[in-house]
Amino acid sequence: MDDAAPETASSSQIGRRVTPSTLAVEGVSYAYSKKVALDDVSFSIASGFTALLGPNGAGKSTLFALLTHLFTTPTGRIEIAGHDLSRTPRQALAKLGIVFQQSTLDLDLTVQQNLTYFAALHGIAGRTARIRIAEALERLNMADRAREKVRALNGGHRRRTEIARALLHDPTVLLLDEPSVGLDAAAREAITAHVHDLAADGMTVLWATHLTDEIYDTDQCLILHQGKLIEYGIVQNLTKGTPLKDHFLTLTGAKQ
Amino acid sequence: MIWLPALRAIIWREALRFVHQRERFIAALVRPLVWLLVFAAGFRAALGLSITPPYQTYITYETYIVPGLCGMIMLFNGMQSSLSLVYDREMGSMKLLLTAPLPRWWLLFAKLMGSTTISILQVYTFLAIAAAFGIDMPLMGYVTALPALILAGLMLGALGLALSSFIKQLENFAGVMNFVIFPMFFLSSALYPLWKMAESSRLLHDICAANPFTHAVELIRFALYAEFNGPALGWTLLATTAFMALAIWGYDPARGMTRKRA
Repeated sequence: MDDAAPETASSSQIGRRVTPSTLAVEGVSYAYSKKVALDDVSFSIASGFTALLGPNGAGKSTLFALLTHLFTTPTGRIEIAGHDLSRTPRQALAKLGIVFQQSTLDLDLTVQQNLTYFAALHGIAGRTARIRIAEALERLNMADRAREKVRALNGGHRRRTEIARALLHDPTVLLLDEPSVGLDAAAREAITAHVHDLAADGMTVLWATHLTDEIYDTDQCLILHQGKLIEYGIVQNLTKGTPLKDHFLTLTGAKQ
Repeated sequence: MIWLPALRAIIWREALRFVHQRERFIAALVRPLVWLLVFAAGFRAALGLSITPPYQTYITYETYIVPGLCGMIMLFNGMQSSLSLVYDREMGSMKLLLTAPLPRWWLLFAKLMGSTTISILQVYTFLAIAAAFGIDMPLMGYVTALPALILAGLMLGALGLALSSFIKQLENFAGVMNFVIFPMFFLSSALYPLWKMAESSRLLHDICAANPFTHAVELIRFALYAEFNGPALGWTLLATTAFMALAIWGYDPARGMTRKRA
């Protein structure tokens, strides 16, 4: 099957070559009992914003489950900040910040309590934890919400809390699985901008979505369709002037 | 070393959540209290109990079923946490937990310790209410019961966790009620002593004797009288290890515990 792979499948195509890759996926496949969800996916990305674009059912969530070590697969290799996820999962996970699609906050606890819990899971406690939490909340403009119960927050602020939480242990790579689901337009834009800022500051961001308006022209983009990675590169190089949305729909066959 | 802070945080989170769910706490107490104050009161006349260890005098039926009801609290709690995982209510926080940079078995163990802590708080509240109604144990028994309760809580929590990794749909949960909770509770020494069971059916007696819940209840029963029951401890330990192993296997990433949900 390798000879059929397009030339673009070489991992060095994506990412600015000057920076070493911080997230590398190599020949990863995954099948549920009968259905193939991921078919020989390879890419490697470095600091900056990378969108993982694909229609529903393309395999985005499966890829995320593999990247977060909730699943493992015998085929292929995943490396996070230089740590092999299957051989040294703990070192790899320590370098990974994750925002799950489904909210994982405790609604009856305050923002501060939610973050303190997470910090402790990553071995950060006491004064260090308090400082890191304050910094992370500050970064997401959430500092004044620390004492509020999550239940009292709106969807956008809940998401920001989750992003702040994912930054507490100072990860190299930040994964977000459709983080804007269920948010209104303003909150969606704010979250998208916040995460782009993080990427501009040097973090490796992988943002899964099926919404093209969350992706900027200068972002890198991986297009996943039916379990295969069908295209990747800088958005403006891929689209060559056409709107990303049209390009994406044509590519995935939703539009003739 | 981040193992202990993580364990502490996981127990702390369970405790905080518990404080915020007073309704659940009360509901969990009502069930055993109804059994104790209504069912047992009606049954005491029908059931004659002879003096068997650890009891040194004739006891009322109410006194007999207290350890069984302690077990019931823990059994329901174990299944409840399993239900909340199947329901997806807790699956999110489970994912968060499992992506922490610690060995999975330790994370699952810490989670069980957290839910066991809550169970034990409920059990002691139940015992205090029972004592207020005159159904009390020797004072020392309340202390020596603690390790027995921890082990029983871990065993039943591990069973719930193992089940939650195998049951993928909510519809199947009614099956868990029918095929796990009820048989486990009724085919045990919680409500009637095993010798009494043997009088009516040898087979039922043997099933009860093999039921790990019986041994957990007997362990608690003896501990409540500051007595040690070696075989019960052995069986409970064995069952805890087996259920724990099953849970760890069930949550093995190579098996894909959230497969259906991806």
